Amino acid sequence: MGTENVCRKMLFPFPTISEGSMAMGKNEMLLRLDRVTKRFPGVLALDSVSMEVRAGDVHGLTGENGAGKSTLIKILTGAYAPDEGEIWFNGEKLERLTPLKAMGKGIACIYQELNLIPHLTVVENIFLGRELRKSRRGDILDRAKMLGEAESLMRDLALSLDPRMRTGELGIGHQQMVEICKAVHSDAKLIIMDEPTSSLSEREANDLFRIIAQVKAKGVTVIFISHRLDEVKRICDRVTVLRDGRLVETRDIGEASVDDIIRLMVGREITNKYPKVKGGRGAEALSVEHLERRGVLHDVSFKAYAGEILGFAGLVGAGRTETARAITGADPIDGGAIKVFGQDVRIRSPRDSIDAGIAFLTEDRKGQGLILIKSVSFNSSLVRLERYSRLGFLKLKAIRQMTEKIARDLKLRAPDVETVVGQLSGGNQQKVVIAKWMLTQARIFIFDEPTRGIDVGAKVEVYNLMNELVANGAAVIIICSEMDEVMGMADRILVMHEGRITAEFGQAEATQERILYAASGLAASGEGKIA
Amino acid sequence: MAHEREAAAAGQEAKKQKPRKNMYSVGVILSLILLSLVMAVLSPRFLTVDNLTNVASQAAVSAIISCGMFLAILTGGIDLSVGSVLALSTMLMGVVCVNHGVDPYLSMLLCLAVGGGLGLLNGLMLTKMSLPHPFISTMGMKMMARGAALVITAAAPISIFPEPVQFIGNNYLGPLPLSLFLVAILYACMYLFLTRTATGRYIYAVGGNKEASRLSGIKVHRVLNLVYTLSGFTAALAGIVLVGRVNAAYPLAGQDYDSDAIAAVIIGGASFFGGVGSIGNTIIGVLIIAVLRNGLNLLNVDSNYQTFAIGAVIILAVYIDVLRQKVMQVGRR
Repeated sequence: MGTENVCRKMLFPFPTISEGSMAMGKNEMLLRLDRVTKRFPGVLALDSVSMEVRAGDVHGLTGENGAGKSTLIKILTGAYAPDEGEIWFNGEKLERLTPLKAMGKGIACIYQELNLIPHLTVVENIFLGRELRKSRRGDILDRAKMLGEAESLMRDLALSLDPRMRTGELGIGHQQMVEICKAVHSDAKLIIMDEPTSSLSEREANDLFRIIAQVKAKGVTVIFISHRLDEVKRICDRVTVLRDGRLVETRDIGEASVDDIIRLMVGREITNKYPKVKGGRGAEALSVEHLERRGVLHDVSFKAYAGEILGFAGLVGAGRTETARAITGADPIDGGAIKVFGQDVRIRSPRDSIDAGIAFLTEDRKGQGLILIKSVSFNSSLVRLERYSRLGFLKLKAIRQMTEKIARDLKLRAPDVETVVGQLSGGNQQKVVIAKWMLTQARIFIFDEPTRGIDVGAKVEVYNLMNELVANGAAVIIICSEMDEVMGMADRILVMHEGRITAEFGQAEATQERILYAASGLAASGEGKIA
Repeated sequence: MAHEREAAAAGQEAKKQKPRKNMYSVGVILSLILLSLVMAVLSPRFLTVDNLTNVASQAAVSAIISCGMFLAILTGGIDLSVGSVLALSTMLMGVVCVNHGVDPYLSMLLCLAVGGGLGLLNGLMLTKMSLPHPFISTMGMKMMARGAALVITAAAPISIFPEPVQFIGNNYLGPLPLSLFLVAILYACMYLFLTRTATGRYIYAVGGNKEASRLSGIKVHRVLNLVYTLSGFTAALAGIVLVGRVNAAYPLAGQDYDSDAIAAVIIGGASFFGGVGSIGNTIIGVLIIAVLRNGLNLLNVDSNYQTFAIGAVIILAVYIDVLRQKVMQVGRR
């Protein structure tokens, strides 16, 4: 990719560590793990892992689900104690680390679930627990000083946000940046970011990378954990790959291509990231006409066909999820008509949508898709459970056999179908969601961000399942923020912007630029003009 | 390889998980046995047939109420109104049956209908009026129903009920009170309902995750309405047993029963967050409280101290559970 460097320059017009003048030498190690081992009953989560992180680097950490990334973070932040091995940080050996101690040493972690208090303002969150007071003894807050400091910090990070806003009113991308401000403000030397881009749109992610560059310019070291290897490639200086709890390799980013990293992660070659199978377009499965939801959706009309994967692209908040929710009765609508296989249907609740043969696999698996405290069998048989009853009583054996069969078909990796879903990995949880909806014998499947937070291997399996559904005559609609994915899997792509459909592309005519233009509402004018 | 490992890891956890559930049952049953042994040692009268029948007939009322309370807690809610609903529905039964001479069977049906109806109102306040938490709706109902129960006879109790009303509460089959059989039948039905029917599973599902349940096509509002209706219904049913036993309806009846029922359900291991719990453990929770109250009575402990003791037991039981989970987590790390 020749344009990559240009892009990089465009995105990071700020001094990077090699250009900026930093007190610390380039090769100084901030963090050193020496043969760190962590055992859980029956599993070796980390097996003698040794790695070094250079001061001032953005250090990528990647690996499949279950590779040991989370365990490693939890050890660094003091949540777990290692069974063996040593951790050296900033020239000091860390022992008996607790979360509080780790923070004191300058290790901050930004988790996927953000830890801001929504009712407090940006300033109040940044200063939470470290508020400035007017006098040393008193308890009266010095609001002006805090505001001033926050403003100057945000200016330093080139972040344009009103620090007096409540964080709850901010988008998830901005909230993350507030967390970063908070970490920088607490004099963190190392900021660990756990999958920070998994819930961001492309543009928000770019903003995040800009902030990361700023943070780096201030001399702070970043460990960046991500499944998105293009991002790792783009912003990291070095990358460490873990597999099955063992260190595979740490490489300079210049010496690792995305394909290399994938190979290191899976230990085998993944020949095709998007195993798209082209089928023929069948009957019209879903027809949506003039769908309206006041202030959210405007005149949304489209058709989906059996045997076809229809992709929805756009920025987060463009109205894609809202469209799916409106169609499936999760949200009320103000107008519009829906036909399923030519039949008019009226959908006023999720139940109606299920009865019409539409399955909606929500983006938020944990909050909306699954009942985490219940078993695989409980979850996958939940929709239309009355069907599996005789004289009002459930046919428990039949349910068990049915879920066991679909678990086998989907290659679900769980000890048995009575396993509690909350204990499965992200990829396997997604399979339970898929199992649940396949068992409803729906003919239209709407996947909202189906591969978010799951690893490369599991992604390919999810794509193959979509191919299978389509081959069996279902219509599949995917909503996804990863441009590659939607271009790799969809036969046809609709782009949304501010609640309207702004463009439609066939797979052949879709390019990243075209989609981005349509997604920013510029579809008609700017084809091919990128400057 | 990664996946085998992952599956093995998940397997390990699952293996831990299952005995963990049973372990709680075993723990609760052991506590009951231990408590009974202690009482037997402290008071020779504890293990007499007379006393045990007494415990059983007292526990029966509490057990019936706890059945509905269990459902409410299972959905992540609570029903604070059960004691007042019991009082109002039995007072109404007394008024029509004793004061106006309405057919006793019809009066009992009325009692159950009033209980169920008040419960349904609790549900509707939650689902139609969208009150934020059943704590509020059922607390309001608790006060309104108690007030109404006092108003209808100007706080006077009603006594001397006809034989059919006394039948369940006041009769014995051999040494066993008839109410015990009612409890057994109720719990057996509830067990089958919760584990073998779609609606029963929906109650667990709604308690586990309301939004996921709704998006799975479950009519969440209908489930909640049903749960609170059943809770009101069981309160009224318990009321009939109570009236039968003492042959009177009091407007202040059942004041201790709401907190006893909550305590029984919690000691029985149901999660306050909803979605977790078993009806079988609830009955053990009921028995623990009944034995405790009875034992303290035998030991001539003042009833005010009893209240104190039960409060302490609730906190202790939940605290032991918290500790147990902590130990488990440390073990897993």
